[in-house]
Amino acid sequence: MDDIDAIAALQDPVRRRLYEYVAAQGREVGRNEAAEATGVARTLAAHHLDRLAEAGLLDTGSRRLTGRSGPGAGRPAKVYTRARGERLVSLPARDYRTAAELLAEAAEQAGLDAGLCAAARRRGEVLRGSAAPCRGLDEAMELLAARGYEPHLEAAGDAGDAAAGVAAAGAAAPVVRMRNCPFHAVAERFPPLVCGMNLALLEGLLGAGGPVRARMDARPGECCVVLELSKDNDD
Amino acid sequence: MTASGYAAHLAQLNVATLRFSLDDPRMTPFVDMLDTVNAAADDAPGFVWRLVEQGAADATALRPAGEDVIVNLTVWETREALWDFTYRSEHLDVMRRRREWFQRHAQAHLVLWWIPAGHLPTAGEALARLADLRAHGPSARAFTFASSYSAAEADLGPGPALETATGEPSPA
Repeated sequence: MDDIDAIAALQDPVRRRLYEYVAAQGREVGRNEAAEATGVARTLAAHHLDRLAEAGLLDTGSRRLTGRSGPGAGRPAKVYTRARGERLVSLPARDYRTAAELLAEAAEQAGLDAGLCAAARRRGEVLRGSAAPCRGLDEAMELLAARGYEPHLEAAGDAGDAAAGVAAAGAAAPVVRMRNCPFHAVAERFPPLVCGMNLALLEGLLGAGGPVRARMDARPGECCVVLELSKDNDD
Repeated sequence: MTASGYAAHLAQLNVATLRFSLDDPRMTPFVDMLDTVNAAADDAPGFVWRLVEQGAADATALRPAGEDVIVNLTVWETREALWDFTYRSEHLDVMRRRREWFQRHAQAHLVLWWIPAGHLPTAGEALARLADLRAHGPSARAFTFASSYSAAEADLGPGPALETATGEPSPA
């Protein structure tokens, strides 16, 4: 399906809510869950989820609900995740990606990392404008969400402790991770250059001297930067 | 038996020309990251082997490519495993700061090539692959992340090692 047709599938407000809900979870979502989360009937949710899958915006799979097995466990449930492919429509036609790749290739060959990071930091500061340095992780998450990073809060350390509620003060400081890399295509081709640029951009956006610190903590499939409260200002 | 189940492994060499000697204070941040990053490599999915100097924790004192050139020689199960370690682990932060510590290379400084599983490449062999890449450009013998070749293209079949080359299994 053409990008323009795929994007047009989001015109329907229910479908768009479902898409945004599935995309925001970063994991497989079943029909019941999606219906409940968006406040529509299960059959309507199922219909629209399948339309989104037909449009190539969601991927589908099937999974047996946990805790049930043997006769009577029923069929596996259909589950949905956001499709990885990018969709882009530009009118009139523009091709900034080729330009970005060529500029990145030249910057890589010329070793312009420092100059690129300085420019990115300045841009981040301009984007922040006259605002004071970011005051906390909530505010940081709003800034990141507005720029397409899809931030989410993650308890540091091991997830097993979280359920037990052992939130020993200071021991498990939360970090903000980002599911989406807005520079994905160029970051995959020139990781040190473009990920360094992204870190500098975020440092500029957050502002120096505030309590929120950005640092690299790369993982497969996510943005390479995490945000945390800096230890110097921890009170 | 190979622990990994792959018939071919991917070997990786990269060379880095130091801007300052390793005991220079300007190199301290790099030296301080070495143990962490090497531990991350050892624990990374798909890691097979890395060159270390006998009795040392790493290969930084081996200088087979020149007095001021450190080498990093590793073996991985797949290209994806190596890519994820190189660019999606603690190692990325070292790469990000490379210009602080290393000179920019006009020529290729990283080379990949396929080896039979179980083979451990020598530094000499690795430098020959780098010379091949520099002289002839990417080929199935010596390539880069941007221009990858499969194990099959290097005549080192892609399948699991279980599919041996001894022919069809005899009928039961």
